[in-house]
Amino acid sequence: MSDLFDKYRDIAGRHRQMMAMTGGDNAVGLVMERMLSPTRAVIGGRETILAGTNNYMGITFDPDCIEAGKQALDAYGTGTTGSRIANGSYGIHRELEQELARFLKRKHCIAFTTGYQANLGMIAGLAGPNDTVFLDADSHSSIYDGCTLSGARLVRFRHNDAEDLDRRLTRLANSGEEKGGRLVVLEGIYSMLGDRAPLADFVEVKRRHGFALMVDEAHSFGVLGENGRGLQEETGLESEVDFVVGTFSKSIGAIGGFGAGDHPMFDVIRYASRPYMFTASSSPSSVATATEAVRKLAAEPERRERLRRNAARLHESFRDLGLELGCPVPSPVIAVRGPDEPSTIAMWHSLLRAGVYVNIALPPGTPGKACLLRCSVSAAHTEEDIDRIVAVFRDVVAQPRLAVAGE
Amino acid sequence: MVESKEQIFEELSRLIAPFNIKGVPITPATDIAADLNIDSVAVMDFVMEIEDRFDIDIPLNLLAEIRTMDELTQVVRERIERGGSA
Repeated sequence: MSDLFDKYRDIAGRHRQMMAMTGGDNAVGLVMERMLSPTRAVIGGRETILAGTNNYMGITFDPDCIEAGKQALDAYGTGTTGSRIANGSYGIHRELEQELARFLKRKHCIAFTTGYQANLGMIAGLAGPNDTVFLDADSHSSIYDGCTLSGARLVRFRHNDAEDLDRRLTRLANSGEEKGGRLVVLEGIYSMLGDRAPLADFVEVKRRHGFALMVDEAHSFGVLGENGRGLQEETGLESEVDFVVGTFSKSIGAIGGFGAGDHPMFDVIRYASRPYMFTASSSPSSVATATEAVRKLAAEPERRERLRRNAARLHESFRDLGLELGCPVPSPVIAVRGPDEPSTIAMWHSLLRAGVYVNIALPPGTPGKACLLRCSVSAAHTEEDIDRIVAVFRDVVAQPRLAVAGE
Repeated sequence: MVESKEQIFEELSRLIAPFNIKGVPITPATDIAADLNIDSVAVMDFVMEIEDRFDIDIPLNLLAEIRTMDELTQVVRERIERGGSA
């Protein structure tokens, strides 16, 4: 009989190696000792610019959101102490769901405890063992896990390749094995490289084959489209998208997630989906801050505009430095490709020492085995912040390449 | 034309080469994940290559039951016969 932890020897060794390279700075377990603002924290005793937090709207320290959270703490207490199915919903749950439905122009909305559970809950709620889920190869792990939980037949298609989906749908139709319904899952902005789904191409395939289309707008909700309704709004294809999923931990600056749609039976997901039924609802303060933040997203389009400007500035400056980027089009996710795993870890560490925190993303969690320094931009970054991030990247990441070019 | 078991195995050995970084010799008994040290994403990418080469569909749910190259060969053969499209 082997030790249960034997299977983790490789992963533990890899982590030890990373810790040794960074003198104990833990790239995957970094601690922010104190938060100074949405875009500043004290890390290792140093004031650091946060360029890896997904705080797209910089809303985490918004006074109105904080006030709403405090009032909810006073009125409803610290926790909900159980599942909404078993132990009941609070008025603020309904308020949040109505606010989100209004924002998204959808008939129905269900709030989940986390964004991860939103994908689990929606996919496992929509698809069952007789159905088939088609998922993009670069999908977030919550989508993969939701698919597994659903028990549906799973077919993976090549990333952002509508023709490939078309081929696989045709193959399934010809196999004679198809029994139930079809669900196709896409993401508005993919979290690692910051690229968008070519939604119009997929809608063409939908018209040919017919399926329910779900778009996870985790990174695009509040960000894309004139009103922040995500890729579906930006592309003018909202009527073709049957279900929308999103998270509160990015643009909303809280914790939780949602699923929304217009199907007349939508609400049955509450009584059929395990990730909704068998978990405690998020805390009253989180529910209340999320509701206030949704109102802010609607009322303050200038946040979106600032975010767009900041993302464009960082993207263009990085391109000018000759950095290899994950995506040719600016989005709030801007990933810089590192040459290999050890160099990328060393670069991440030097960036941190110079006062800029970004995410490090390594295989197998990345598309095409890429080693990435993943930045996320915030509306709360100033132009000076963006320029400082660029300057540090020039010194740390672009430097060796410039040296080579100058030889 | 439906390929023989040997032809399918040979073709699968060719398709797995880019994922076999350490150059481990491939036999029917090779355990795809353990012997080749292939991570779960690479296994799924390998399956996608197989699907396209043989024009078959191998649902991800089946993967948990497939360990060795021989088992994979069997599954591919069955699915070619069932689909009749290869």
